[in-house]
Amino acid sequence: MADFVQHLHPALQALIRVVFFVLPSFLIVPGLIWWERRLLGWMQDRIGPNRVGNITFSRTSRFVPSLLRGKKFRLFGLIQPFADFGKLIFKEDITPSAVDRAIYFIAPGLALFPALALGGTIPWGPYPWLTPVADVNVGILYIMAVSSFGVYGIVLAGYASDNKFSLMGGLRSSAQLISYELAMGMSLACIVMATGSLKPSAMLANQNGPLWGLDYPPFNLIQNWNILTPYGLVAAIIFSICMIAETNRPPFDLPEAENELVAGYHTEYSSVKFAAFFMAEYLSIIVYGIIWSTVFVGGWHLLPFRFDAMAHAYPAFGDVWNFLDTLNGSSLLAPVWVIAKACCVATSYIWVRGTLPRLRYDQLMSLGWKSLLPFATANLIVVAIWIVATKVSSPIIGWVAVLLSAGLLYALYKAINRLNSANRPNLESRSITMVDEPPQRREAELVDPAPAAT
Amino acid sequence: MNQTIGGVTVTPELLMFGGIAGVAAICAVGVVAFNNAVRSALCLVVNFFLLAVLYFTLNAEMLGITQVVVYTGAIMVLFLFVVMLLNLGGVKLINEKADPKKFVGILLGCGLFVILGAQILPPMLQALPLKVSPDMAKFGGPEAIGRTLFTEYVYPFEAVSVLLLIGIVGSILLAKRRL
Repeated sequence: MADFVQHLHPALQALIRVVFFVLPSFLIVPGLIWWERRLLGWMQDRIGPNRVGNITFSRTSRFVPSLLRGKKFRLFGLIQPFADFGKLIFKEDITPSAVDRAIYFIAPGLALFPALALGGTIPWGPYPWLTPVADVNVGILYIMAVSSFGVYGIVLAGYASDNKFSLMGGLRSSAQLISYELAMGMSLACIVMATGSLKPSAMLANQNGPLWGLDYPPFNLIQNWNILTPYGLVAAIIFSICMIAETNRPPFDLPEAENELVAGYHTEYSSVKFAAFFMAEYLSIIVYGIIWSTVFVGGWHLLPFRFDAMAHAYPAFGDVWNFLDTLNGSSLLAPVWVIAKACCVATSYIWVRGTLPRLRYDQLMSLGWKSLLPFATANLIVVAIWIVATKVSSPIIGWVAVLLSAGLLYALYKAINRLNSANRPNLESRSITMVDEPPQRREAELVDPAPAAT
Repeated sequence: MNQTIGGVTVTPELLMFGGIAGVAAICAVGVVAFNNAVRSALCLVVNFFLLAVLYFTLNAEMLGITQVVVYTGAIMVLFLFVVMLLNLGGVKLINEKADPKKFVGILLGCGLFVILGAQILPPMLQALPLKVSPDMAKFGGPEAIGRTLFTEYVYPFEAVSVLLLIGIVGSILLAKRRL
């Protein structure tokens, strides 16, 4: 089949890619919504949606085949997102009278645009017809460019609603997206420099090489996933924080902070238009998850092992290695692993949401500008030194240079920090003093109530 | 199948280019024609975006992406914000009297059209041959641009970066009086 597709016209190949891979990956969205609600419910010690879709057949009716009488089928509430979607569609679509009509209607569509446009940049598998729609030499920059459009949907929604809370939400969102885009671009730039190319497919090819560029066992049996290198690990952490901020997910959901801004930028939206914002958020979670897994954890490979190199090194078990290589993604299984990795990233998104409280606005800004951006820039310097040292001498000298330069930068950071803190008092520390302390409970009350007498 | 108009062969790429360029021109008119400042700013956003697409059709993908990242993604958001926060009211008509600026503006506009026409018309009328660069496919890529920036134009490039640094330092000084 792969051979057959390769001989088709490029436009038809692109169509196949969009229809069979990009669009179905969006079918995960309802599942993701269900998964988020169930997982959050579990984390918060409650049940979550677990009823919709359960079928219980009648025990006495003649219309039920005897095989099914009295049987129960549970779907664990999997149909809940569809029920929710039905509810959203059939709700009354209220448009406040003071809104700026044209912009109010455009905004939800614009919010969907980045997620849909980013879907085309993903390499789905080892075949040419599974590579990105436009595999031009600016692929990563394209990701940056399109993700910067994300701000328009929110800002325009906030403006057009003619509501001060919405406008505040839009303002916050634009400040947040612009500041976190910088650190995100810097962390991507590290990987681009280490790869030497802006193509996502070249980035994957680089990650298939031997670990740390050392071409002898055991290193040449492990793939050089970017997350396994020191600079790549730092870049991956920075990118994943920025990714959560870019998608406006908790703990970075200041644009829609319920306890401050009603519902933020989508306060005035109802029915399908609200559903569009909702969809856009979950779509971008999946798309960013796929991008993260492509850039940092080897894209369509399941495990970081080079089974082709193993087959070369230990030819006695050649068939076993080849079979494992097929399982590992050098086959039509590749898109499955891409989606699986994206689902893992989405799960960690939900986990973070269940764990961390929302940031205060000044914390958000200081995290973005004072921590992530300098950290990413230092990482960029380390990568540059690594490239030079590796090219001048050998990979080992390169890694020694990485350690030295990272240590030097850390020492510099500590020195600057000490100089700064010597001059001015630390204003960040806060403490709470209880004025009206509650009376201490007596010992007797703390003891568990005695079991009921039998 | 491909017709030629003047000295130019009509290809699907050319038709696409023409269509996008036309929409971009309409958006450019919209920037000055709309009464609402936010609509004007949005027209400018669409115009910048289509300009980036035009760069793409001309094989200058690096320039196109930079256009989107810098102008559409960052600068226009700030523009939009300033316009929104100023909250410009309704339209106030100003009775303009005979203004020398109008005359100069029309004159300059005509001059621009003459310059553009002098470039476009001769090849269309087959008076002059079209100049086609030998390797169009490679000239807009990141490699070509990087090589040119860091060899031929390295001094202007460094000068511009110093200028940007001065701008950053100046804005910090203005914003934070007590450092």
